[in-house]
Amino acid sequence: MKPVVEVENLSKLYRLGAIGASSLRETVERIFGKKKQVAPAQFTKDKPIADDRRGPEPNSFWALKDVCFSIQPGEVVGILGRNGAGKSTLLKILSRITEPTSGRATLRGRVVSLLEVGTGFHPELTGRENIFLNGAIMGMKRAEIAAKFDEIVEFAEVGKFLDTPVKRYSSGMYVRLAFAVAAHLEPEILLIDEVLAVGDAGFQKKCLGKMDEVATKHGRTVFFVSHNMGAVRSLCEHAILFEGGRLVMTGNPGDVISRYLSATSPQDSDVEGQIIWNGKDAPTSHDLKLRSIRLLNGLGVPQTTFESDKPITVEVEYEVLERIRGARFCLLLLTQEGEVAFSATDHMFQQETQNPGVYKTACLLPGGLLNRRQYIVHLQCDIPGERYVLPAAEYLSFTVSGIGNQSSTFPEPWPGVVCPRVSWKVEELKS
Amino acid sequence: MAEVATTPPPNFEIVIQPSRGWLNIPWAEIWEYRDLLHVLVQRDFISRYKQTILGPLWHLLQPVITAAVFVVVFGGIAGIPTDGIPKLLFYLCGLLGWSYFSQNITNGGATFINNAHLFGKVYFPRLIVPISVIVSNLIAFALQLIPFVICLIFYKFFTHQGGGIAFTWRLLLAPLPLLHVAVLSFGVSLWMSASTAKYRDLIHLNQYIIQIWMFATPIFYPLSQVSKKLTWAIWANPLSVPIESFRICLLGHGTLGVSEIVISVATSILLTATGLIAFQRVERTVVDSV
Repeated sequence: MKPVVEVENLSKLYRLGAIGASSLRETVERIFGKKKQVAPAQFTKDKPIADDRRGPEPNSFWALKDVCFSIQPGEVVGILGRNGAGKSTLLKILSRITEPTSGRATLRGRVVSLLEVGTGFHPELTGRENIFLNGAIMGMKRAEIAAKFDEIVEFAEVGKFLDTPVKRYSSGMYVRLAFAVAAHLEPEILLIDEVLAVGDAGFQKKCLGKMDEVATKHGRTVFFVSHNMGAVRSLCEHAILFEGGRLVMTGNPGDVISRYLSATSPQDSDVEGQIIWNGKDAPTSHDLKLRSIRLLNGLGVPQTTFESDKPITVEVEYEVLERIRGARFCLLLLTQEGEVAFSATDHMFQQETQNPGVYKTACLLPGGLLNRRQYIVHLQCDIPGERYVLPAAEYLSFTVSGIGNQSSTFPEPWPGVVCPRVSWKVEELKS
Repeated sequence: MAEVATTPPPNFEIVIQPSRGWLNIPWAEIWEYRDLLHVLVQRDFISRYKQTILGPLWHLLQPVITAAVFVVVFGGIAGIPTDGIPKLLFYLCGLLGWSYFSQNITNGGATFINNAHLFGKVYFPRLIVPISVIVSNLIAFALQLIPFVICLIFYKFFTHQGGGIAFTWRLLLAPLPLLHVAVLSFGVSLWMSASTAKYRDLIHLNQYIIQIWMFATPIFYPLSQVSKKLTWAIWANPLSVPIESFRICLLGHGTLGVSEIVISVATSILLTATGLIAFQRVERTVVDSV
């Protein structure tokens, strides 16, 4: 069978100086040879460009370089990589939003890209009108939308508000409607970028189910970019890992996820066990922005290896940019294989409303709880039943080691995602 | 549920690679996306009037108000004669083509800037957007005809000023200048979209171009009033011919030679063809820079 997607030596060069439309004056000066020498930019967003990503001209860099792979029909492929590794650029090229600089990609089938939910929704139009508008923008025929209309409405659970302008919708309803349209597209190739990160948990589950159905029942090919290792693990049969614009690994999701997580920490902090954002890179939404995440030992020092019997504090510093109601942080500890060890939330400890300002929330994990293995810290901020403030993403990983199991003097590996210290009572029974 | 046929032909293939060549308009694909054209036109129309009390009535009022101002300023204060045609009617006729043209280039000329977000998130043939502007303004044009026709009937049959108005077989040719305005404004808006996406400075320039263009077009003055020395300037403006043609077709009054028509039509086609090239060059990687 011919592969449904074939990518050969795909590369994309971005010019740094030219981001943002150039001014007429610059061009005129260039034409008349009066252009001043601009110091070559070697930094993107305050980070130096790695040598192997520098482009042929001083102000350019390769967002994607010589990428090759092919995908068989019906596969669900997870695309992993740090921010700036080239995942989004790949999706943009495959969805024909921008052109590659060189190389070629062949797609055998209709493509729909879901880089955002509700693209093109018009606030003044009603839910009904927006279903048709959004569907058409995504490339559906009017007849197709009409045929699926009832299904879409039912999926979105907005029946009563169908003839209300969407500007009056709650953000939850808006997202549900938008995703419902997207979920009912029937392309041969579906490209999805983190869109599952919105909406409440129940709806998210429904969407994941729908995606799974699309792939298995209808034999469609799905590309899925996500920082949510759990979703990648449960949905994908294949995963592709990007680092610095290059494809570094393809394989089954478990292996690729381990490789991805064992790679160097995302932000090159001086100290391990913490991420401090000071630039534009910080995970942010319109109302909340992360400042730092730290893994602290009992002395308040960040580190990445902890004794199994010592407590660990996960400390999150964030800035509220706009008054926010009912927000909470959720912490998920995942194993390297992507299983959820457990989850916890600060909901009961949070204030109902938070005014703009800087806050800190810290989760104290007692000693004698975790197993001797590696864990990934997954964090999200949401307003339950309404929306995600910051989508779930994995940020840090740490290792628990030390003196064996809670109840054993031998340091042998012990099965289980956690290994809580439990008490035993051993007694000799008189016979 | 009835399955709608969505399966493409078995050898359906999309090849993505750096594009070459000057002009390869995906006409077939644009046709495939005709339903999008439909909803975009619908969206423009609905969203423009959703929050207004008068709704589409604005289309009826706008030309009447503008023409009334012209009656006072150009007819009254400046005293520019209108070749024996009632002033209000003369201005309304000139404004028919002009409003259609200016709305097309105002909305269509900012295609990339107004749709930067959309273009960055989803693919569809970008030309659909300027085409949808031309089509949706056609609705406005049709509505604008209403006050004109009412005025025409009123002056022709109920007043003694209607002498200059002649209904001839040329009335049937009225769609031709409309098509001419559509093609010309399409070409201009393609050029404006492409140039403003590349150079933001030009947004401000374009506003002036529209203002100056109005004065250079025989909207509120007849060609008979233009001095011989300046006639060339009027004819250098490709919009003059369709505006004057409207007057000939609808009011049976005007001056137009064959050579002027040929030059103007050729200019419009040339502008559109080169506009398509410019638009395509920008379209390929515009999302990288907007």
